[in-house]
Order: sequence, then C-alpha cells, then structure tokens
Amino acid sequence: MIHPIPPGTRDVLPDEMRELRRLKGALIEVFEARGYGEVATPAIEYDEVMARADGRAARSSYRFFDESGGLLALRSDMTVPIARLVASRFAGGEGPHRLCYLATTYRAVRPQRGQMRELLQAGVELIGASPAEGTVEVIEVLEAALDAAGLDRAVIGLGDADLYRQLLEELGLDAEARDDVLASLASGDLVGLEQKLLEAGIDAERAATSAQLAQLRGGKEVLDQARGLGGAAVARAISRLHETYDELERRGAADRVQIDLGLLRDLGYYSGAILEVYDPALGHVLGGGGRYDGLMKSFGLDLSAAGFGLYLERVHTAQMEESRRGRDSS
Amino acid sequence: MSDGPLTLAVPRGALFGGTLDLLDAAGADTSQLRGDSRSLIFYTPGLTVVTVRPSDVPTYVESGAADIGITGKDVLLEQSDRVVFELLDLGFGRCRMVLAAQTGDDRLAEAQRRLGMMRIATKYPRIAERYFESTGRRVELIEIKGSVELAPLIGLGDGIVDLVATGRTLEENDLEVREEIVECTARFVANRVAHKLRAAEIDELTGKLREASRG
Repeated sequence: MIHPIPPGTRDVLPDEMRELRRLKGALIEVFEARGYGEVATPAIEYDEVMARADGRAARSSYRFFDESGGLLALRSDMTVPIARLVASRFAGGEGPHRLCYLATTYRAVRPQRGQMRELLQAGVELIGASPAEGTVEVIEVLEAALDAAGLDRAVIGLGDADLYRQLLEELGLDAEARDDVLASLASGDLVGLEQKLLEAGIDAERAATSAQLAQLRGGKEVLDQARGLGGAAVARAISRLHETYDELERRGAADRVQIDLGLLRDLGYYSGAILEVYDPALGHVLGGGGRYDGLMKSFGLDLSAAGFGLYLERVHTAQMEESRRGRDSS
Repeated sequence: MSDGPLTLAVPRGALFGGTLDLLDAAGADTSQLRGDSRSLIFYTPGLTVVTVRPSDVPTYVESGAADIGITGKDVLLEQSDRVVFELLDLGFGRCRMVLAAQTGDDRLAEAQRRLGMMRIATKYPRIAERYFESTGRRVELIEIKGSVELAPLIGLGDGIVDLVATGRTLEENDLEVREEIVECTARFVANRVAHKLRAAEIDELTGKLREASRG
C-alpha cells in the first residue's frame, strides 16, 4: 500500500543517511575548528521576521495562523533567522559573532520539475567583522568546507551585488526600468538586458558595453577589462573586488575564486560582495552567499555581515559524481 | 556538465537548417549532421552535438546534460521558469507570435463584448496567458499540441495564439493576424554552471556565432 508524501519532499534511507551524516560531520568540524559555533533556530518564525529580508525570493512560501491568529511562516532561509537571533541575543555583546548551522529550509516548487520543497542547508554567518576581512574569512571557510567535502574542483564565483544597481542609476534609469533590467540579469537573459537598456533610451554603444560587462568572469584580468566598460559605478565595484581579491591572493586563497561581474543573486538582501559555488560535476549551483549589512540594519544592528549556505543534497550529489569520475579515470 | 568538448543541443525541425548553416559559418564541421543518419549524438572535432526537439533544448541545458544550446525565443518564453543563460540573438528563424482569428469573423470581439472572455486555442499557454493578463483581458486557454489553425474553424475557441513565419498556413486556413504579441528568433543559450566554469570556450564560440550571424 502506497501512502504518498507531498511532492518536493523525500524520505532518506539508511545508506544515504550514513553518507549525509559523514558529510554533515565533516562540515561542522571545519566550521567549529574556525570558531563558528553551531546554532539552531525554530523552523517556524513570525512572518514579520522572514519578511524583513525584503527580497521576493526570500519570502516564505508557507504561511499559516497560530491558535491566537498570529501569522507564522516556515523559514525559507537561515540567514534571516540568524540575523534575528544575533540582534535579539547578542545585541550588546562584543563582535564579531561567528555562527554556523545545519538546517532544513522550505521553498515553493514549480510542479513536475523535481524541485525540492524541503532543502537541507549548511552554512556560516560572520556578523560584526569589517567588510573586506569578513568577506575574505567567509571565502576561506567556504574553501575549507569544499575541501572537506572532497570537491577539489569546485569554483567560487565572486561578484558585486551593487555593481549593476549603481551602474543603472548612473545611466539615469528610473526605479522601474532598473528593476526591469536587473530582472533580466538575475534570470541570465543577456539579450534582454541589452534590449531593455535600449528601450530605456540608453545609446547603443553604452547598452552593448553594459551587457558585455555581465559576460566578464575569470581571474584578475577581468577587472582591467571592466575598467574600460563603465564609469564611476563600475570603478567603485572594481576597487571593492580588487581589495577582496588582493587579500585572498595574499593569503593564498584566490586560486579557486573566479571574479564574475555578471553575478547577481536573486535574494534581495545582499549588498557588496556576493558568492556562488559551482562544481564541474553538477549543472546546478551548489550554494552561495555574500554580504548583507542592510539586513542587519533592518534588525536594528549597524554591523557588517557576511555568510554562505551550501545545499547539502547537491553537495552530496556532486561528491558522488566526482568520486565516480575518479574511479572511472583511475 | 561534460568533461570533454562542449556539448551543444541543436533543435531538429524548422530551425535545424539555419542552425547548421550558422555552425558551418562559425567554423564547425556539420557534415555528419547533414547526412541521413538516425543517430542523435554526433562527435565532431571540438564539439559534441546532440539533436533534440526545440522545446527540449532548455531542459537539456538547464540540467547541464548539454552545456550550450540553440532554440527559438518562443520556446524560451514559454519555458521562462527554466534557468538558462541567454547569450546571443542569432537573428535567424525570425517569426511572430500572433493572435489570429477567422478572416472577417467578429467572434473575438463579440465574445469580448458579450462575455468579457475569449476562448483561445494555443500551443503556447503561458505566453498567451501573460499577454492577455498584461493587456487586461480575460481568456479561457485551450491547450492544443498539434495544428492549432484547425481549432477555430470548427468551433473550438474564438481565436488562436500561434507562431507565424510567412503567414501562408494562416491564409490557407482562412485565418488573419489580429494582434502581434512578440517577435521571435533563434537564441544561443548556456547552462548556468558551464557558463562560469567553461567561460573561455563558451566565449570563443559566442564570438564566432556573433560574427557568423551578422555575416
């Protein structure tokens, strides 16, 4: 007799559970060794808390009423609950706060696409460190986590969430046109990006160079290439990226970092550095992160913050794929 | 993602010829694909080519089974929830997505006036839904998989939303274009991870395709 479970959820059987437990253990060990203490938060938050993220993508998809009529939400990510936790529990304390988590989050799915409604995430949040140092530290922890997971071919994309926002402002686009262009970029539609710039009255050459900018990804050389393609907004983003990348280089941590000027994560709360994680064994992004000073501010703390989250199930798939390839080639 | 040469998904059907011509102009070797082979996968120097249905291209590319692909903008619009990077307008395969109805017939306007609702047959329910929503009209969409031109002629729907290249099929079935929704051409798309991790190869091919499509 089959008793169905909701689409986008799954049971985990002992074999996989053992592998997942090893992976979780390896990651937590890396996080703890670097001073990130593990925390847990409730799966259910007040909707008002999750809504502070101010990003449509981070908005909880599952909301319901409690017995006294309060609006509750299943958490859609872990950064918002941890920002809330730090603001209410450590507000007076000395920073920086280093916290890590292993937790399930809940997202809406599109039917028949095999997407997961319940996602297991592992990540860290560093709250209260100076911006450039914080970003660098988080990238180093991420590299150690990828190593611990055995993903030595994985690459970390490093971009700047403010680059296009400020560039479009500089080009004189109004808020509505800006959102329209940013939506194209976030969905990876570079043809539409250029088209919408033209429609907004930008001349053909500037529209073309602005679209070209989104194609720049690679080592330090892309920063020089980018300089030729934009004005003050681009120059500011380049200098921020330069600062972070130089520091990574100095610490010998830049090898697997790819600078990516077209990177734009759809979570609305990032500002400054943004991260995305890829492994050649998998066609999907393994996770991401970045700086979210604005989110801390919305919780009443004027602190710089950065973090990343990895989708554990995807890391696990990539891990298995990599070890299969390893066996094939040996 | 593939380890060897990039895997390119090309669409069988209306865009197939134009795609091969463009690949030739970009310096690829498509002679195997032009034969009458029943194979679905071809190993050419520097490129593994798989031939799929146009509407399957986003599926293969989103998953990473193919690193890059070529398909129509109509397909990308209809499957706008698939996350693929759209890198280039290739310019060929130009056609229009239109609202059409029987020539001289006023059923569309009449349905709109009397019922506040039109019945539209289409292979592109999501494009049609977005279009009518954005123009503030209510429609009942009837999804058809085959020749949609037949539907209004025998009373299934008041009009159709369909892709028109020359307009001959419409004409021969006594239909006329009432509204133009969007113009569509072939597009070059890439898997989101491949676009990052195989940047140099993809950029090189993008450059060649851009040149070739302008030539």
